[in-house]
Amino acid sequence: MAAEAPPQQTGWLVRLKAGLGRSSSRLADGIGAILTKRRLDDDALEALEELLITADLGVQPAAELTQALAKERFDKQVSPDAVRAALAGTIAAILEPVARPLALDAAHRPHVVLVVGVNGTGKTTTIGKLAKAWRDQGKSVMLAACDTFRAAAIEQLEAWGERAGCPVITRAPGADAAGLAFDALREAQARAADALIVDTAGRLHNKAELMAELEKIRRALNKIDPGAPHDCVLVLDATVGQNAHAQVETFGRMVDVTGLVVTKLDGTARGGVLVALAQRFGLPVFAVGVGEGVDDLRPFEARAFARALMGLEG
Amino acid sequence: MFESLTNRLGEVFDRLKRRGALSEADVAAALREVRIALLEADVALPVVKDFIARVGERAVGAEVVRSVTPAQMVVKIVHDELTAMLGGDSAGIDLAAAPPATILMVGLQGSGKTTTTAKLGLRLARNDKKKVLMASLDVRRPAAQEQLRVLGEQAGVATLPVSAIEQPLAIAKRALETGRLEGYDVVLLDTAGRLHIDDEMMAEAAAVRDATDPVEVLLVADALTGQDAVTLAKAFDERLRLTGIVLTRVDGDARGGAALSMRAVTGRPIKLIGVGEKLDALEPFHPGRIASRILGMGDVVSLVEKAAETIDRDDAEKLARKIRKGGFDFDDLAGQIRQMRRMGGVEGLLGMLPGVAKVRKQLAEANVDERMLVRQEAIIGSMTRVERRNARLLNGSRKRRIAAGAGATVQDVNRLIKQYKAVNNMMKRAGKLGKKGLMRHGLPGMPPVGSF
Ligand SMILES: Nc1nc2c(ncn2[C@@H]2O[C@H](COP(=O)(O)OP(=O)(O)OP(=O)(O)O)[C@@H](O)[C@H]2O)c(=O)[nH]1
Ligand SMILES: Nc1nc2c(ncn2[C@@H]2O[C@H](COP(=O)(O)OP(=O)(O)OP(=O)(O)O)[C@@H](O)[C@H]2O)c(=O)[nH]1
Ligand SMILES: [Mg+2]
Ligand SMILES: [Mg+2]
Repeated sequence: MAAEAPPQQTGWLVRLKAGLGRSSSRLADGIGAILTKRRLDDDALEALEELLITADLGVQPAAELTQALAKERFDKQVSPDAVRAALAGTIAAILEPVARPLALDAAHRPHVVLVVGVNGTGKTTTIGKLAKAWRDQGKSVMLAACDTFRAAAIEQLEAWGERAGCPVITRAPGADAAGLAFDALREAQARAADALIVDTAGRLHNKAELMAELEKIRRALNKIDPGAPHDCVLVLDATVGQNAHAQVETFGRMVDVTGLVVTKLDGTARGGVLVALAQRFGLPVFAVGVGEGVDDLRPFEARAFARALMGLEG
Repeated sequence: MFESLTNRLGEVFDRLKRRGALSEADVAAALREVRIALLEADVALPVVKDFIARVGERAVGAEVVRSVTPAQMVVKIVHDELTAMLGGDSAGIDLAAAPPATILMVGLQGSGKTTTTAKLGLRLARNDKKKVLMASLDVRRPAAQEQLRVLGEQAGVATLPVSAIEQPLAIAKRALETGRLEGYDVVLLDTAGRLHIDDEMMAEAAAVRDATDPVEVLLVADALTGQDAVTLAKAFDERLRLTGIVLTRVDGDARGGAALSMRAVTGRPIKLIGVGEKLDALEPFHPGRIASRILGMGDVVSLVEKAAETIDRDDAEKLARKIRKGGFDFDDLAGQIRQMRRMGGVEGLLGMLPGVAKVRKQLAEANVDERMLVRQEAIIGSMTRVERRNARLLNGSRKRRIAAGAGATVQDVNRLIKQYKAVNNMMKRAGKLGKKGLMRHGLPGMPPVGSF
């Protein structure tokens, strides 16, 4: 998955829509019902705002979007499609600047990617998918199993390494994660790998001592290559609500996050909080996860995401 | 988890309290803010709307507008409804079944099922002295079965030996069979994460449920969940008939709206909460306490528990008997004051009492402190036995004598008598609730702080 347009462009759109479609059709139906029944009056606007809230956009962004809409369309007879398109357009415009893939810089050997996030969001799985995508592009990729804490986390990453066809650097459970990161980077340099992806244990951002441990990993990588890690990816679960703000803020502050991956968009959660995150932090959304399979990672495409969210065709 | 919601609501209520009389518009404005606070805490919209409608109905009625303290009335209504929404009493894990009692753990991907299974296994083995067997039916996620095996080892809880080719239903049956043959009390079934809209996977879970007839089907859900909480909880409940919910990552700083949402849409109790990654980080859930904490009303139950630890059991029983007979006297009050001092004095208690900040200020103004408690003990000490039994005897000359004996003023004595009467009334009311009610509803004889 990289800047080069992936071959399965139509494929991913279909998948994303299938995933988003299930939930956003409710949203779309809702809007349809509101607008066929009455004009875009106060009640209709309020209902529209509520529909955005149920997509996790957050109270304030939902209010702002509806107010913007009201300014344009208020008291005019508008079709449901026109309202949806207008909203999708506004949302797409907000997301457009953050839709940027994670590109490997050939100047780095390896390009080091540190993957962080709250427990269970999909870090290890995303690493497997990412490694596979890069392998498919002919890159040499190595993985570092720096989650030495969670039971069988190492075995899990090893299984993904096998699927993606890349070596996994490991140490015994309980080993020092920073030391392992250090060794892994040494080894990846020695092999002149294109990419080294570092898996880390899930941690809640409000636990200072665990966040300090992440900093330690950063420093260890830094010792070998002052530019490393070249990217730090924060993995967010699409089901997360407004707590995503605190996650992005704290991880961002502590470990210099360079971009996001949003997983589990194949569920009914719509990840609407991304809209507010884009406005507030402007961090790139590198990719989205749409399933548990090795190929279920897709580039984030603003217009498609916004339109799928509104239940509109491509 | 609930701190920020608490702060938000606190601000709303403070603004409300600054106004004396409340118009319906005032109440409506406050409720709009409550609505926003709840939504920002990730309580699901349909649940919020329902909640606001119920509160609104009661609040704009005569109940509030005509009451002497309208703002307090609104807070009380919100508190009542919040408690109702979270469910009244805390619910434990049900093991009432022919052994082995089967517990099925289900939920979305990554919600914490495997970790919670091991935590629960440890808890049942350690606290309830049960013989527990755990089995992983997760044949999808890489190293999932290995994860449970390792956790079982860490917890000292048996796990079903893993077979590479078996399907989930077959593993479940083998687990129950092993449970029966080897005399296990409880069999915990951990399952693969699944989306509630994945028909095939939901059918698989339903098949396991039907084949194993579990006493508990627990939805393991993430406290960080947003609006999707209602959708997923409803879907899991409809398909698998949940018996309860376990909320994980409560150690995070999410505002915990998911707890309210899931309980409200399914009616299933939240039975346990996960408060960390370690295996002992699993706790029972107390709805009433959480409701109070959300509203910044202090943890009254914890207060009572702390009191119960400090109070001599026999004393409490004796007191409860007396109260029921209406015979609470000055000796008892002295006992209460002593206990209060033992429990950390005024300051220590304040941290647990409702409306702390405000009360603390009032106390500072009223000069209530440790010394005051000591003086009160002294006043009671200089009463005769007969006087201590019968407050009605305390006429002017007796009061002067008592005051002189305790190095206090007659005013001090009067204040103490007033306080005694207030406590006695409260006690009589509490006495009607019976012994059990007394322990649950408040510390016997604890003078309401404001009455000093
Ligand atoms: N449906 C769906 N499931 C996903 C997706 N990404 C990951 N998962 C699942 O989410 C669960 C957790 O994924 P992991 O990769 O182990 O998450 P993690 O962040 O590494 O977890 P910890 O290391 O324990 O913090 C697994 O069951 C994955 O299969 C996705 O895009 N869609
Ligand atoms: N901080 C915290 N982390 C938790 C808690 N419960 C579970 N976790 C972590 O959440 C992550 C996922 O937990 P798992 O038990 O693997 O989740 P799961 O539901 O079995 O995941 P799948 O089987 O992939 O669906 C792990 O990193 C756990 O350590 C909790 O209460 N607090
Ligand atoms: Mg992981
Ligand atoms: Mg699991």
